Amino acid sequence: MNIALETRGLCKSFGALTVADDIDFRLESGARHALIGPNGAGKTTFVNMLTGALPPSSGTIVLGGEDITAMRQAKRVKRGLGRTFQINALFRRLPVLDNVALAVAERCGVARRMLRAASAHGDVREESMELLATLGLAEDAGVRILDLPYGKQRLVEIAIALGLKPSVLLLDEPAAGVPSLESHRILQVLDNLPKHIAILIIEHDMDLVFRFAQRITVLVQGEVLVEGPPDEIARDRRVHQVYLGEQHHA
Amino acid sequence: MEAFFASLVSVAFHGTALGMILYVISVGLSVTMGLMGFANLAHGVFAMAGGYVLTTAISRFGAPFPLALVLAFAFVAAASVVLERLLYSRLYTASDLEQVLFTIGLIFIAVAVARFIYGTLQQPVVLPDYLKGQFALLGRDFPAYRVFIIVFSAVMVGLLWFGVERTRWGAMVRATVDNRAMAQSVGIDTKRLFTLTFALGSGLAGLGGGLGAEIIAIQPSYPFENLVYFLVVVSVGGLGSLRGPFVAALLIGIADTACKYWLPQYGAFPIYVATIAILLWRPAGLAGRHA
Amino acid sequence: MSAHAGGYSADPRIRWIESLPWIVAVAAFFALPEYLSLGARILIYILYALSLDLIVGYAGIVTLGHSAYFGLGAYVAGILAAKAGIGDPMVQLAAAAAAGALLGIGTGAIILRTKALTLLMLTLAITSVMLEIANKATALTGGADGLSGVIVAPIFGLFRFDIFGKTAYLYCLLALLIGWWLVRKMIYSPFGTSLTGVRENSLRMHAIGAPVYWRLVLVYTLSATIAGVAGGLITQTNQFVGLNVFSFESAGELLVMLILGGVGRIYGAFVGPVVYLIAQDLLAKQFPEYWYFGIGTMLVLVVMFARGGILGILDSILVKLRRRP
Repeated sequence: MNIALETRGLCKSFGALTVADDIDFRLESGARHALIGPNGAGKTTFVNMLTGALPPSSGTIVLGGEDITAMRQAKRVKRGLGRTFQINALFRRLPVLDNVALAVAERCGVARRMLRAASAHGDVREESMELLATLGLAEDAGVRILDLPYGKQRLVEIAIALGLKPSVLLLDEPAAGVPSLESHRILQVLDNLPKHIAILIIEHDMDLVFRFAQRITVLVQGEVLVEGPPDEIARDRRVHQVYLGEQHHA
Repeated sequence: MEAFFASLVSVAFHGTALGMILYVISVGLSVTMGLMGFANLAHGVFAMAGGYVLTTAISRFGAPFPLALVLAFAFVAAASVVLERLLYSRLYTASDLEQVLFTIGLIFIAVAVARFIYGTLQQPVVLPDYLKGQFALLGRDFPAYRVFIIVFSAVMVGLLWFGVERTRWGAMVRATVDNRAMAQSVGIDTKRLFTLTFALGSGLAGLGGGLGAEIIAIQPSYPFENLVYFLVVVSVGGLGSLRGPFVAALLIGIADTACKYWLPQYGAFPIYVATIAILLWRPAGLAGRHA
Repeated sequence: MSAHAGGYSADPRIRWIESLPWIVAVAAFFALPEYLSLGARILIYILYALSLDLIVGYAGIVTLGHSAYFGLGAYVAGILAAKAGIGDPMVQLAAAAAAGALLGIGTGAIILRTKALTLLMLTLAITSVMLEIANKATALTGGADGLSGVIVAPIFGLFRFDIFGKTAYLYCLLALLIGWWLVRKMIYSPFGTSLTGVRENSLRMHAIGAPVYWRLVLVYTLSATIAGVAGGLITQTNQFVGLNVFSFESAGELLVMLILGGVGRIYGAFVGPVVYLIAQDLLAKQFPEYWYFGIGTMLVLVVMFARGGILGILDSILVKLRRRP
């Protein structure tokens, strides 16, 4: 199998506080991989280092065979690294279509065009509409995010990332805040994501993780505790110990 | 050489006096901006109001100077509570642009009211006899009023720092500046804290405006003309910090005095350029945490 | 005249109602010949407000320093005319535009690395620096006395600036028409949409790989260029430049005009200056105290109750009317 994304000895500390400690991690092409761990385990820090929002203290990040450790965020996106946010990061006063079209236009390199109208870019519009249709959002294309139900906002979050046609997609708690009745809709969308995209999902909802992931990495206090297929992780005693404490306030 | 040394001492002295005034006026702005995230451009209005209260109390009602200072503080603090409850508090969650516009609106109103009541002329400050003379120290004469400014401000600053470091109120302020959500969840009544802190900061501005009425002239366009200085102190010092703005205020006070003394042909140009340079070097200010 | 938001589903064609400002402007030319100098001033301020709307309303950059570019344009045109003996209005205007652009890219590249209060502070500091330079470089600028003796040759050697202000009015109207057309085009383009994206959520714009900083520098430069042109126009029509072009009050006033009309909707920049400058002409000289009190109160009220400005109010009235059976 090809390695889509890899970290070697990735560390991050803020002063005396170490939030990522020597993380070696591999994401294979087309993988369905989950990153779990109790609150404060450093999951979001890890994602932020992968995307370039946060510079690591040491270690390297390799995307598709290329060292991207020092690369700016925008360039990593161009190299195929997409992400979603745990707390919706949408363009709230813009319609759903524009939310996605902004990403599509960035990817196609037309976003800086100044003289032709945005709506005259039929290719961007069509691609965005198709994408929305696959997520069941076609009818909401003209609705502003402000006026959209929360569950659908979570889908727009994913749609924007898909507009970048990523080869690696980082999903930061895609079901966060979604009532369990609606979360099956999220899972449905996740199941139907194109198979060639390598997906790393960070999620607290263990049902979702175990139904979706083929491989699981457990992060505790900035360190990789264990990695393996779901059934192994489910049996692992150390994971149980970590999560027993977590159950009370999860 | 002796002449140069004399002017050096003089510049340092006058600069320190100006710096102290700038600090007393601006520290409230730093705290409210850090605490509430409110871009209060109208802070200078409070300082101006303090100046008018002081000059009016003395020249119209014959109040003694110390009482006039107390009145400047008390009156402005009380008025700011009304403003905070009625208007400011509604805009805590508004965008920067809205806060900026709202406070510019307040400046316009204050300028108009001041002009209406007092006319456009600068208000004269009648000093008591004991602050008029010279104060001899180490064989040099210093204007007694400025010595008083420095000593009095230093005492105020000491009290303030002590209050913030050692009192329960100070602990709550520090906690809330650090993390508002956390502070609320441990039961700090942030609404009351905001009002109190806002009143204290505004009162101090009033006090500073009154105290410095002879250095920074009290006239209607005061909040516009001096806004840049107050903002420079706060942004160079670092939002929400107590000590950063103190260093910044002294630096600016001394640098401004030095420029006016030695480089009058450049006006305030060097100050602004230095400000720009410092903010580029440390965008969150000297004491900023995000730099 | 609803908000002009641009975007991938917005129809960029010009609607009939958008001809209204131009009809009014031409009608005013014939109907109110004694007010043409005020009219030219209004047209210039519309162009100036339009440039500000581009960065404040669309890109979401809060600035108090836009007068730096307006003032520079004004002085460059003035200095060319009064000191360098270059009377051609097109050359003056081009120089004002170039100066605005250069200062815009230079300062924009610096200040747009920062955010929020620091950015606001830097815009203020830059304007203050410009004011100090204009104040102290008396040989070029005339300092506090202002720069007089500005001579403007006939446009293309044909149209002389007359004492009634007819030429100046039409000249400014033409400049505004070109400026409006460009700004409108930009707002409806993918570039304009990406600016609203930055305004709405710059974090996400970074995450979709947009070069946010360069986009902002670009729009800031374009805006500064237009402001420079507006400054050049004000010099040419007044034939005088004073320090007040750089003052904080004037930057504040411009923001007031834009907010009054409505931010981020193109035509707010038309309505605001018209209402503001006409009201100022009628009231300010007789009642200066009440005037400042009035704008202050209005600003507070707009922020508290009518964040969309006059056009925002019109919008909501229209919506209500339509909802009625």
